[in-house]
Amino acid sequence: MKKRLSKLSGSQAFWPVMIFLAIILFNTIMTRGEFLTISIVDGHFYGRIIDIFRNGGKLMILAAGMTMVLATGGTDISVGSVMAISGAIACSIINGNLLPGLGGNVAMAIILAILAGVTCGLWNGFLVSQIKIQPIVATMILLVAGRGIAQLITNGKIITINSDAYYFINGGYILGLPFPLYIVLFLVGLLLLFVQKTAFGLFLESIGCNPLASKFAGIKVNKFLLAIYTISGAFASVAGLIESAGIKGADCNNAGLNIELDAILAVAIGGTNLMGGRFSIFSSVIGALIVQSITTTVLALGVPAAYIRVLKAVLIIVICLAQSSKFKVSLGKIFVGKRGRKEAVAL
Amino acid sequence: MSRIKNLRIKNVSLTMTIVLFLVMFIFGSARYDHFFSLSTFLNLFNDNAYLMIAGIGITFVLITGGIDISISSTIAFTGVFMAFCLEKGMPSYVVIPIALLIGVIVGAVQGSLIHYYKLQPFIVTLAGQFLMRGLCVVISEASIPITDPFFKFMALGRISIKLGDSKALNGKIYYYVLIFAAVLVTGLYVLKKTAFGRAIYAIGGSEQSAELMGLNVARTKIGAYIISSFCAALAGVVFSFYTLAGYGLQNMGMELDAISSAVIGGTLLTGGVGSVFGTAVGAMIQGIIQTIVTYENLNTWWTKVTIAGLLCFFIVVQRIITVRADAMKGKAAAAA
Repeated sequence: MKKRLSKLSGSQAFWPVMIFLAIILFNTIMTRGEFLTISIVDGHFYGRIIDIFRNGGKLMILAAGMTMVLATGGTDISVGSVMAISGAIACSIINGNLLPGLGGNVAMAIILAILAGVTCGLWNGFLVSQIKIQPIVATMILLVAGRGIAQLITNGKIITINSDAYYFINGGYILGLPFPLYIVLFLVGLLLLFVQKTAFGLFLESIGCNPLASKFAGIKVNKFLLAIYTISGAFASVAGLIESAGIKGADCNNAGLNIELDAILAVAIGGTNLMGGRFSIFSSVIGALIVQSITTTVLALGVPAAYIRVLKAVLIIVICLAQSSKFKVSLGKIFVGKRGRKEAVAL
Repeated sequence: MSRIKNLRIKNVSLTMTIVLFLVMFIFGSARYDHFFSLSTFLNLFNDNAYLMIAGIGITFVLITGGIDISISSTIAFTGVFMAFCLEKGMPSYVVIPIALLIGVIVGAVQGSLIHYYKLQPFIVTLAGQFLMRGLCVVISEASIPITDPFFKFMALGRISIKLGDSKALNGKIYYYVLIFAAVLVTGLYVLKKTAFGRAIYAIGGSEQSAELMGLNVARTKIGAYIISSFCAALAGVVFSFYTLAGYGLQNMGMELDAISSAVIGGTLLTGGVGSVFGTAVGAMIQGIIQTIVTYENLNTWWTKVTIAGLLCFFIVVQRIITVRADAMKGKAAAAA
């Protein structure tokens, strides 16, 4: 029993992958196989699955960044606003409204937008690590102000742009696969390499479990926190670029609205403990795919979009209850009897 | 000892807040014609009564050290729910109590999940937010107008207040502002004069100590969430008096305004310190920023940016005061 348990818990990605496959299977049966068909038009792959990967790109990137923040026991609820800022900056520069000296250079626009994201992340990290404000409150400041700042950059207008190079970020294809997928692979791959091949991941878990003990163990907790929030901000700005390239403009009111909640949900589905501690970036990315495929499924079934929120709410609670040791204990009391209770307590 | 310091923290913040309010009011009066008047002042209540009620509710939760981000959805849901029921012909004296009861139930469920299963308040109320917002749209995607006579009576009925003959000394408040006044007085009484209120402060100070002292932590904590959601439902009622409609996308992100009001009013987000009076003043500061932005003819987004700046300032000041208080406590302990 013990062996089996440890084996299961050893692979955090096991259940998320299973759920994802189940959703795909469900969809395949419901659409009689149409869901799985991938057609090739002009050398590009098209199909529902490809759509999930393409539309889920933003969420996968955000979830990867959010995982690390949540692993330290914090939260970053400002990612949606950072997305709005980065989209606003990139589009305004390409449009020539902002820094006309650059002449609408797309590369510079992207670099500056990401720099803005890094700055936002540094600000969050500074508040959390140096001033020691609770993460939810610290990032709330930017959540409130960010959208306003984005509005001020675009002067309260929805900016539309005309730049094929910029559209490529969301709509482009390389080797038949959508470009956002490559961005995800690159960023997540880089992060995974960093976390797994260096001690960074271990330190992260340690900070999430007990920041004070980690400090005494010689980990520079503050620097780590600063770095993690900065990464989250940078990732959010990339997600913002993909979003604004997708709508071919910057809509500060709606860009990334409430997406922080989806990102947290994705991480929760991935099995990372939201209180901090054990985490898995790969599982969170799968979690993001699950959130995206739920949306696709609900829409494909013709259910009104409004139910998605209700569904997500129920999901969050079920997952959190499943993670709660107290809940396991009371479940044990009800269903399993004495033996189950002992095991549950041991958990 | 620590209580004295807590009081001091609260007083510093609250004094700053009141001074800030006065400064803004004087600034507005000096800068714009017609700004200095009783009606400008009273309109702060007329326009922000719902925010103040919701803010007072959330203050209870914040003092226990928790957070409730479901309130804006609860406000929207009660609005849509009432509009829907009224449209179907139910009388207002049935609909309003049911709406308030929904608030109590939402709070009880959220509070129980948070307390008994040790879930994070942020996550639970996030789910609550999704759920209520989703249910709004399930009931109706479009805005439903309210034509019930009682609602119209509350929406339009007002009391004229005359302090003098000059136009600047005339103003009016709507009847629903009286609901806010009742909530404020009740909130002050419960928090300061009852055992329940003191237990709330105690839990915010240290939940473990409160438990060891024999306080009923479960009842108090769940009670705080019930109060928060109940006030949100009441704010929903007041908001539908204000707009005479129920709309599911109404008040997106308003919980942040409520939390900002509390913080600006001196509530510590780490728990243990705060007052409903401060929250009311905090909400009025937001109201006056809005008014000034309107007078200045600026982009309305400046309101958000200014509030965020203020929020940041107050949080940092609170943090500095707490750190200094802790340092002094440490010194006192060392001396002992």
